[in-house]
Amino acid sequence: MFPTPIERTSRTWQISYQTLLPLALILWLLPLIAVAIFSVKPDIDFANANYWGWPTSFEGFTNYALVFTGSDMPQYLMNSFRITIPTVIGAVALSCMTGFALGVYKFKANIWIFFMFVAGNFVPFQILMVPVRDLTLQMGLYNTITGLVLFHIAFQTGFCTLFMRNFIRALPFELIEAARVEGVAEWRIFWYVVLPLMKPAIAALSVLIFTFIWNDYFWAVVLTQGVESQPVTAGITSFNAQYRAAYHLMSAGSIVAALPPVAMFFLMQRHFIAGLTLGAVK
Amino acid sequence: MAQASLAASRQNSWWHRNQQQLTPWLFLAPGILFFLFYVIFPIFQSFNLSLFEWDGLGEAEYVGLYNYEELYWDEAFYTSLKNNVIWLVLYLAAIPAGLFIALFLNQTVTGIRLYKSLFFFPFVISQVVVGLVFTWFYDPTFGLLNVMLGAVGLPPMNVLGDENWVTVGIIVAGLWPQTAYCMILYLTGLNAVDPEQIEAGRLDGAKGWRMLWYIIVPQLRPATFIAFVVTIIGALRSFDLISVMTNGGPFGSSRVLSFYMFEVALSEYGFRMGYGAAIAVVLFMIMLAFIAYFLWTMYKEERAR
Repeated sequence: MFPTPIERTSRTWQISYQTLLPLALILWLLPLIAVAIFSVKPDIDFANANYWGWPTSFEGFTNYALVFTGSDMPQYLMNSFRITIPTVIGAVALSCMTGFALGVYKFKANIWIFFMFVAGNFVPFQILMVPVRDLTLQMGLYNTITGLVLFHIAFQTGFCTLFMRNFIRALPFELIEAARVEGVAEWRIFWYVVLPLMKPAIAALSVLIFTFIWNDYFWAVVLTQGVESQPVTAGITSFNAQYRAAYHLMSAGSIVAALPPVAMFFLMQRHFIAGLTLGAVK
Repeated sequence: MAQASLAASRQNSWWHRNQQQLTPWLFLAPGILFFLFYVIFPIFQSFNLSLFEWDGLGEAEYVGLYNYEELYWDEAFYTSLKNNVIWLVLYLAAIPAGLFIALFLNQTVTGIRLYKSLFFFPFVISQVVVGLVFTWFYDPTFGLLNVMLGAVGLPPMNVLGDENWVTVGIIVAGLWPQTAYCMILYLTGLNAVDPEQIEAGRLDGAKGWRMLWYIIVPQLRPATFIAFVVTIIGALRSFDLISVMTNGGPFGSSRVLSFYMFEVALSEYGFRMGYGAAIAVVLFMIMLAFIAYFLWTMYKEERAR
């Protein structure tokens, strides 16, 4: 193991490491801790310019309650879920199929189709912006959740295919061959042999795509406007306009907006990290 | 009846014979169609659109290369391009920084798992929130930065209001989640480092930096490659932070190509779709150089298998 395991080092370094660790963490998360403290402060602290002092009273409940009752935040959160969940399902379903096709079968166009997905996934959003917006307008889906979801599914399929294909490549191919020898139809091989083995990949991709889509801001601004369809990342801007300079509420609002992917991460940590490393570093 | 079943069995056998050739295409069809429709074709449409003057509603007017000619004389374009280069260079700091934190955390003391997760935390938060958090961090009236500067006796500064500092300030905000990302890549990579090589290195007297540079870093190549890819892409995609923190200001000095394109095509400054598309094409060409390199690397690895 590198660096030298702490148990094998001098007593002084062991103690300094143990003290450095929490200090480094606090320093690293300082901007977030500040926001968390802001979000439980009362209004009056900001009026009195008591920004960094101890809160004069704990107003966490009032502030967070106001976020949910005094603004469109619940609607934005709802929209985010209605955008994110169908996208995750759609992109994962499509890429299970494309990943299977590219991971199992050998044919000439295979690598080129694979590269098309990979390259498309790296493209800057701006080169797609005008045509996709126009397309969505023409289909009558501008400013609808459906319009946003359809685009997200299509775009995320690129990354998901990369991931799924590499995952399937690493599966034992003998299983598929054995099934073929038995005369099992190809689609049954997909459904009964490969798909059950893909569960970890599906879990990893799901959490990852959930986070990506939840945190998307650009496409939300390009394809939607207004409370009825905008997700919380875009909504937080109007929320902040509504509560300009009310830092305690803006902080509480930001924390609420950031929470679902954070919860997802802590619940599914192992899968999340497996997803991030693209399965390439094991 | 007999005929029908005969036809069915013939069809069946035709299907049987060609099953292996056809199945992949049937599985690929929905994904490919979706992807072509929403990603591949729009790229070409943008190229085409960059030759037109279009407000998004009326008739598009063919203007040839006029949009590119205008770009050539556009000061704001060069500011954006320059900032893109600064982003690309400074953003790469996330890679060594991530490696450094990963090395710091690669221990087995109690609670280290929680520490790793908490260090990774910034990556999970949306860039919009990161932007807000850092806007307050830099705030000239109450920001923690000035509190800290004051504590060491330095004069206060208004990072986001200063043309010379604004881009660096935004990049630092972006480095926060990006470093976390690289850290997690390296933590996973460090797990796979061969312990025998480390022991052999120790016997040969390699320690500290030499050990890191000659024995560890070469083994971390796959992690470094991914870190490089995601950092480059992230740097060229920077939009959210700029939009939230400065909206391109002050006086357009923190614009990058992705933001300037949006501003030209879809904001109150006007709806110049063709001109926006031309900017997007330039950004795309820059990205294409990197994409080609990434694909080439992947291709070599595929061949090597």
